[in-house]
Amino acid sequence: MNPVNYLYLASLLFAIGATGVLIRRNAIVVFMCIELMLNACNLALVAFSRMHGNLDGQIIAFFTMVVAAAEVVVGLAIIVSLFRSRHSASVDDASLMKL
Amino acid sequence: MENLIALLVAAPLLGAAVLLCGGRALDRVGHWLGTLLAAASFVFAVVLFTDMLGKGAEERTLSQHLFSWIPVEGFQADVAFQLDQLSMTFVLLISGVGTLIHVYSIGYMEHDERRRRFFGYLNLFLAAMLLLVLADNYLLLYVGWEGVGLASYLLIGFWQHKPSAATAAKKAFLVNRVGDVGLSIAIMLMFTTFGTFAFGPVLEATGQTSEGKLTAIGLMLLLAACGKSAQVPLQSWLGDAMEGPTPVSALIHAATMVTAGVYLIVRSGAIFNGAPDAQLVVTIVGAVTLLFGAIVGCAKDDIKKALAGSTMSQIGYMILAAGLGPIGYVFAIMHLVTHGFFKAGLFLGAGSVMHGMNDEVNMRKYGGLRKYMPVTFVTFGLGYLAIIGFPGLSGFFSKDKIIEAAFAKGGAEGWILGSVALLGAAITAYYMTRVMIMTFFGEERWRHRATASPAQPSAEPAAQTEGAHDEPHPHESPKSMTIPMIVLAFGSVFAGGFFSIGDRFTHWLEPVTHHDHGDSPLSAATVTGATMVVLVIGVALAYVQYGRRPVPVTAPRGSLLTRAARRDLLQDDFNHVVLVRGGEHLTRSLVYVDHSLVDGVVNGTAASMGGLSGRLRKLQNGYARSYAVSMFGGAAVLIAATLLMRAV
Amino acid sequence: MSFPLLTATAVLPAVGAIVTAAVPAARRTAAKWLALLVSLATLALAVTVLVRFDPDGDRYQLTESRSWIAEFGVRYELGVDGIGVALIALTALLIPFIILAGWHDADPSPSSPLRSSKGGADETKAPYKWRPTQGFFALILAVEAMVIISFEATDVFLFYVFFEAMLIPMYFLIGGFGDRAHAGSDENASAQRSYAAVKFLLYNLVGGLIMLAAVIGLYVVAGSFSLQEIAEARANGSLDMATNTERLLFLGFFFAFAVKAPLWPLHTWLPNAMGESTAPVAVLITAVVDKVGTFAMLRFCLGLFPEASEWATPVILVLALVSIIYGALLAVGQRDIKRLIAYASISHFGFIVLGIFAMTSQGQSGATLYMVNHGISTAALMLVAGFLISRRGSRLIADYGGVQKVAPVLAGTFLVGGLATLSLPGLAPFVSEFLVLVGAFARYPVVGIIATVGIVLAALYTLVLYQRTMTGPVKPEVSAMPDLRVRELVVIAPLIALLIGLGVYPKPLTDLVNPAVEHTMSDVQKKDPKPEVEAAK
Repeated sequence: MNPVNYLYLASLLFAIGATGVLIRRNAIVVFMCIELMLNACNLALVAFSRMHGNLDGQIIAFFTMVVAAAEVVVGLAIIVSLFRSRHSASVDDASLMKL
Repeated sequence: MENLIALLVAAPLLGAAVLLCGGRALDRVGHWLGTLLAAASFVFAVVLFTDMLGKGAEERTLSQHLFSWIPVEGFQADVAFQLDQLSMTFVLLISGVGTLIHVYSIGYMEHDERRRRFFGYLNLFLAAMLLLVLADNYLLLYVGWEGVGLASYLLIGFWQHKPSAATAAKKAFLVNRVGDVGLSIAIMLMFTTFGTFAFGPVLEATGQTSEGKLTAIGLMLLLAACGKSAQVPLQSWLGDAMEGPTPVSALIHAATMVTAGVYLIVRSGAIFNGAPDAQLVVTIVGAVTLLFGAIVGCAKDDIKKALAGSTMSQIGYMILAAGLGPIGYVFAIMHLVTHGFFKAGLFLGAGSVMHGMNDEVNMRKYGGLRKYMPVTFVTFGLGYLAIIGFPGLSGFFSKDKIIEAAFAKGGAEGWILGSVALLGAAITAYYMTRVMIMTFFGEERWRHRATASPAQPSAEPAAQTEGAHDEPHPHESPKSMTIPMIVLAFGSVFAGGFFSIGDRFTHWLEPVTHHDHGDSPLSAATVTGATMVVLVIGVALAYVQYGRRPVPVTAPRGSLLTRAARRDLLQDDFNHVVLVRGGEHLTRSLVYVDHSLVDGVVNGTAASMGGLSGRLRKLQNGYARSYAVSMFGGAAVLIAATLLMRAV
Repeated sequence: MSFPLLTATAVLPAVGAIVTAAVPAARRTAAKWLALLVSLATLALAVTVLVRFDPDGDRYQLTESRSWIAEFGVRYELGVDGIGVALIALTALLIPFIILAGWHDADPSPSSPLRSSKGGADETKAPYKWRPTQGFFALILAVEAMVIISFEATDVFLFYVFFEAMLIPMYFLIGGFGDRAHAGSDENASAQRSYAAVKFLLYNLVGGLIMLAAVIGLYVVAGSFSLQEIAEARANGSLDMATNTERLLFLGFFFAFAVKAPLWPLHTWLPNAMGESTAPVAVLITAVVDKVGTFAMLRFCLGLFPEASEWATPVILVLALVSIIYGALLAVGQRDIKRLIAYASISHFGFIVLGIFAMTSQGQSGATLYMVNHGISTAALMLVAGFLISRRGSRLIADYGGVQKVAPVLAGTFLVGGLATLSLPGLAPFVSEFLVLVGAFARYPVVGIIATVGIVLAALYTLVLYQRTMTGPVKPEVSAMPDLRVRELVVIAPLIALLIGLGVYPKPLTDLVNPAVEHTMSDVQKKDPKPEVEAAK
């Protein structure tokens, strides 16, 4: 199968993820969309690895997974503590950075 | 011998330093110390003078180089003195009259708690004035020039608690400063023209430059002289300067400092000789001031201000003479010396009258004082006769010579200047007779003061504070005051004759100033005769007006001219409207401009930056999603740009 | 390598600053004495520099050179010429007086945060100890260190670093230790003070940033930051700047120095800064820090860009003239004593710039002397004004009157300071002012004549100030005013003695400065105009 198709899929997934981040308010959903974007990147990286015939892409994909795992830990912790203090998981409620 | 020259200046300078820095411990001896050091200066002067007399006319110039003052590439200013006959004349006059006035002040300032400081200032003045006449270059002269200005400022404003005195002092300094600008520009011109400003090289090199340059230098020197010597148009400060204690008026504003302008012009004779246009302006200034001062003197009721008008007028004579060139230099200086005697005497007499009259200065409240103050009357009277030019007295010789010289200038100018000088002599006779009659003759107007308005409580410290509002008890002044007056009266009587016998004074000064007889269209006898005629007319007029009729205690309204003359011929009003008001408006609007325009531009920039950032701040709305949008947008733009760059 | 004297002169006050700042809060007096001792020791070092310096020797002496940031060719290069020595001596001389005059200026007052805390919350939440006194004196010493090293640096980048770094302590000195005498409420005063401090900072920062661009540009063009290397390259023709480049770089440098100096129309920060800060800090600004600006014009503008300097001369002379007259006129119109002195200083800086750009030996010698003399005379006048203000608690001229009656010594010293400001002959400023005027007149007669107007105006604002504050009837508010105290006399008497001494015998100073001026004149390849009579021969 042509590896280019994987790239199309990856961009599609990335676009879905990005749209989700931009339009959804629920923090959990936004969070999942970010994961989706990360995984789209992973997919693309693996596809590139295949296309160019070296392992660089796959190694980077591993790194990405590690980072994503760390991010999930921190991110979920923030969401949980936000929910505890505000009783809501909406990202708009946490507009504390506004001046 | 040369080393004595520095001591002339050093003695009073030491006095000033000690008296001004020393504490109250010196209060009891301060006046003696000051007088002693002034006298020491006089003694040195006499020693130098006798030494000088023992030498031939050509070897009389002494010089002393103390140290290099401002050595800069191409610019050399030294502290060095030069004592020639001209300087010697001044040194004797300054230290002599100065010492007498120190003595006088011991009595006059007896009740002033700041007497020590007064003597410190007087010593400072002497030091600066001696420096002025002893300097061997224009820059050092400038130091003395401003030094006397400072002393004059301090002494006019000696009673600083009186706002009028403080204002007068400031005015004197400022007007003088305007003149000083002239002197500094003159020095700069000399520097760029001759590369130096020492008397010797400059005055020798005048032939090597253009007449235009010399005229410019001459006019700038004249501006300086106008400031210091109270000549039109910078004369306005002298009348106000009478706010100072009377000994100050006698020493600084009659005998010595105000004549510094004449010294400057005579000293720079070589420059003026090469610039006839500048000389013409000098004579015009002299002639105008001569009349101006005389007219003002006629209208003043304040005895000191009347004398101040007279001083202005007499210095007008000197400036006029100095403007005549070699014909007049000697006579300018001769009149300066005799004037130093009789005007100082007149002022001291006025001070003595005020001392006995509770510091009343209004002559309309005097009258008949000759009985109560015989010594003052006689000495003042002799001064009076000398100034109007009574035959045989000092003023007769010196003034007559100036009038003669004015005619000798030749041409229409000579006639005009000579006539003006003659007219001035008539007015002098008139106003001095007026002063004399109002003060010493007539009814005792001070007796009726109870009905008049209560006297202004005067701040003169010599006032007997108890009974200041009562009728005054005129009395003769103490010995310390009368003795200087007597000495000066001697000078007023005999100096002129002494100088004139065998043209002594002319021969004495000739090596420095040179002398030229000129050819007068009128014989000497004619001029003397004419002078006598106008003198008699002036005295007679005054007698008719003030001697025959009682003098009203409150001044009548008077003619338009009288009223203008009382206001110093409106010069002050002009200054006030044009300079003071105009200046106030200018500074005020500039303050506004600085605040709103210069600063406003900057503040405006700051404000608009602040406004802009306020707008930008709104973008920071706190919604994570909108930040995400901008991130995506930014990333998209970046990628698009990269692709585009590749494509191109 | 011999003992690094120049480094020591700058490092000593810097170390002193750190130690002073570290003195415990309770030992306020110890901090003051420490600062005073350090400043006196610095003065001793500066005197050593003065003695070791040979006016007729090399152009830069006591040089030190070390690599600093090798990647950019930045070197730690120090060296002094006569002008630098004179200004280092001035700085080291004035700081002890500034410290002594400000002895009580930073004592915690009843209204300061240390004593009074309005809300209870403040008390519970005040874990850190506010040490204003230590801070004040440490900042002064820090400024001293930076100013001295600016006078010593012969590496453009090194100079730039300290030229800019100076702003930080100055900012805190102006904003943190305001004049207690103010009109209006505390809040108003502190708002005005921070306005002044921010204005000071922004003006100088903008100037500095523009200069930074020019410094980088210079490196790009010349490939070096070293003053000597650039001068050598210029001399042997290996460095040939394009005309426009040189002009742009010159403008970049000049702008920064004109802000610092300050020259009209970049002057408006000075009256605010001097008005709002305490008198000793005001002296620090105008007598010490601002001198770096005029000094740098001589050393960097003329030294690095001679042709551009000549190109810009007409405009700069006009700006200098405007500064002279405009500053003096505004001084006449002021109601606030300290602002009046600030505007007078603007007028005097006009004279200094005039002297520098007249491009004659007399003008430049005069300008250098002027920097020193103006430092001393303004210090004298401003410090006495500070003593006066601290007694009455008001800066407004109208609040005074008749002071000479109750405090004659104070009035007398004030008058001497004023007379020095108006350049009375016999006092030091006269020598420099006259030299500047003669120097300007020799090349540009009209400029010289216009500048003399400044002389008259100087007399006007000084005497008006003296008349309104010191003479006349005694106002009730000043009737109980004490005369100068011993500490204050110790501050003022030596300054006055110096004013008289340098006025009567300025030769030591001129001997020091003349050779340096000759070097500058040869930098710009100018010869003094010959006097007419001599030229004719």
